[in-house]
Amino acid sequence: MRSALLAIEGLRFGYQPERTVLDLPELHLAAGESLFLRGPSGSGKSTLLNLIAGVLLPQAGSIALLGQSYASLGAGGRDRFRADHIGFVFQQFNLLPYFDAIDNVLLPLSFSPRRRQRVGSSARAQAAELLARLNLDTREHSRPAVELSVGQQQRVAAARALIGAPELIVADEPTSALDADTRDTFLALLFDECRRAGAGLLFVSHDRSLEARFDRALDLPALNRAGAGPC
Amino acid sequence: MLIRIARASLWNRRFAAALTIATIAISVALLLAVERIRTETRASFASTISGTDLIVGARTGPVQLLLYSVFRIGDATNNIRWDSYQQIAAHPQVAWTIPLSLGDSHRGHRVVGTTTAYFEHYRYGGGRPLAFREGRAFAAPLEAVIGAEVARKLGYRIDQEIVIAHGTGRADITTHDDHPFRIVGILAPTGTPVDRSVHVSLEGIELIHAGWQSGSRRPGSTAAAATDLTPKTVTAVLVGLKSRMAAFSMQRQINQYEGEALLAIMPGITLAQLWSLVGVAEGALLLVAACVVVAGLLGMLTALLTTLNERRREMAILRSVGARPWQIGALLVIESTLLTLLGAIAGLAVVVLGMLLLSPWLAEQYGLYLRPLAFTLREAGLVALVLAGGIVAGIVPALLAYGRSLADGLTPRT
Repeated sequence: MRSALLAIEGLRFGYQPERTVLDLPELHLAAGESLFLRGPSGSGKSTLLNLIAGVLLPQAGSIALLGQSYASLGAGGRDRFRADHIGFVFQQFNLLPYFDAIDNVLLPLSFSPRRRQRVGSSARAQAAELLARLNLDTREHSRPAVELSVGQQQRVAAARALIGAPELIVADEPTSALDADTRDTFLALLFDECRRAGAGLLFVSHDRSLEARFDRALDLPALNRAGAGPC
Repeated sequence: MLIRIARASLWNRRFAAALTIATIAISVALLLAVERIRTETRASFASTISGTDLIVGARTGPVQLLLYSVFRIGDATNNIRWDSYQQIAAHPQVAWTIPLSLGDSHRGHRVVGTTTAYFEHYRYGGGRPLAFREGRAFAAPLEAVIGAEVARKLGYRIDQEIVIAHGTGRADITTHDDHPFRIVGILAPTGTPVDRSVHVSLEGIELIHAGWQSGSRRPGSTAAAATDLTPKTVTAVLVGLKSRMAAFSMQRQINQYEGEALLAIMPGITLAQLWSLVGVAEGALLLVAACVVVAGLLGMLTALLTTLNERRREMAILRSVGARPWQIGALLVIESTLLTLLGAIAGLAVVVLGMLLLSPWLAEQYGLYLRPLAFTLREAGLVALVLAGGIVAGIVPALLAYGRSLADGLTPRT
């Protein structure tokens, strides 16, 4: 059995104390595991991602990543912890438009000494290698993010999430803006890279057709005892 | 890294950023120009005369006497009789005198009738004497010594002949063309109105005016007929005393002189009076310039606030990669600081370039000798204040961005 990467127990959260929007008895993700979390609009998906990121703190229950409980960390500590251990891929508009592809990939290293250390002195070379493995042509590496296609932007975002080998990759609807072919290619590449880095993958999407590709799938509305919440 | 992000973000919005920088540059340039003209005018005036204890002229306003006798600004309304001058010169407390006879010009340059005492005793810039770049002092009535600027601008050389015009206007309408003067000396540059003056002997002035009455030539008269070249009047007298301690009593004696209505002033005191007169206007100008700077900074604040909402996604991305809310806020402060810094640098460049281009004209037209690169601590202080203002202006959007990034987390509500 694989060791626990993310452990959520008895989590309750509400933006106002009397209105709980998320009530999760349990959610676990093992190291290197890929988990599909079906989360349509209003299911509390964004709230859950903010909690996993450590931006929000639950009113009850616990979240622990790599055995480290968020409750024992201050806001700054959680920001640093997120920078060190989690890579995010969002739905779209993932990149800083004024940076080129390589600089976007290198961005997390500026906020995480740990990931910078893992990458070592060859950060640019590693970023270029990651982009190349994600099928981004070398010519595109130095192009501003805004000049890249949506599919290319998502691959740059994936490279940014993966650089410095964080233990957890959180992908929030990363394929919803992609056509079917691009989506499949992107997913295959994402799986490959997560496997190569040994990272756990928490993939949140409303698209049930993707479920079968993951080690495990969960339904957030079914898990959330609080019912609908703000997205 | 934050600086790099701020720089790249500004470059991404370079057109708007350039406009903001231009606004700040113009306001900083205005502020510095007002300050520079103020300090340089004072320095220029203060360095024009040195070592002169008293200036004597016909009774008029002290400031007016100072302006026309030393700075060649404006004209005298009356003259001093020669015998009054002689009495002053003969006073036991007086070490030296420089009589000045003004009222004529040469191609827009004032002609100063004086004696060789001028070259011997006149001091400027904290006690420096006049020096000859070429030639010598005048020794005959129709010899002239010209200032460095006159020589440069008009291309004059030693032995060249020039004709003096009556009056101090720019157009030489009525000329004393029957008596051309030969240039025998060119003075070294001083950075004072001396550079723009043509110096001749009092006898020379007397000679060219022989046969003139009320500013025009008497028909049928020729100056050749004049044999007595003793001046009848002078316009002003610069007086050096044997002891500075005697200045007040000497001033009183001259002001109470019964032979005619005279006025003696101490240049330093009158200069201070002049500055107190113009100080109010200077203060008002500085205030207006400061208001323009505030308007420039408010413009920047508006520009930053306008973009803030569009940039929530960018801030969410930064948060997702581990940026802390204070770092998001700091980004805005860095941006405002960069904009203000670039604006201030551009403003400084505008001032220096403007001064380089305008200083010859200002020297010629107004006798203001501006040094484009002579930065003062006060100017550095003003630039520092503008920068501080820029940082403060950045704090407002920074606090908003801080608050929003805390509230938005990874999911901006755009």
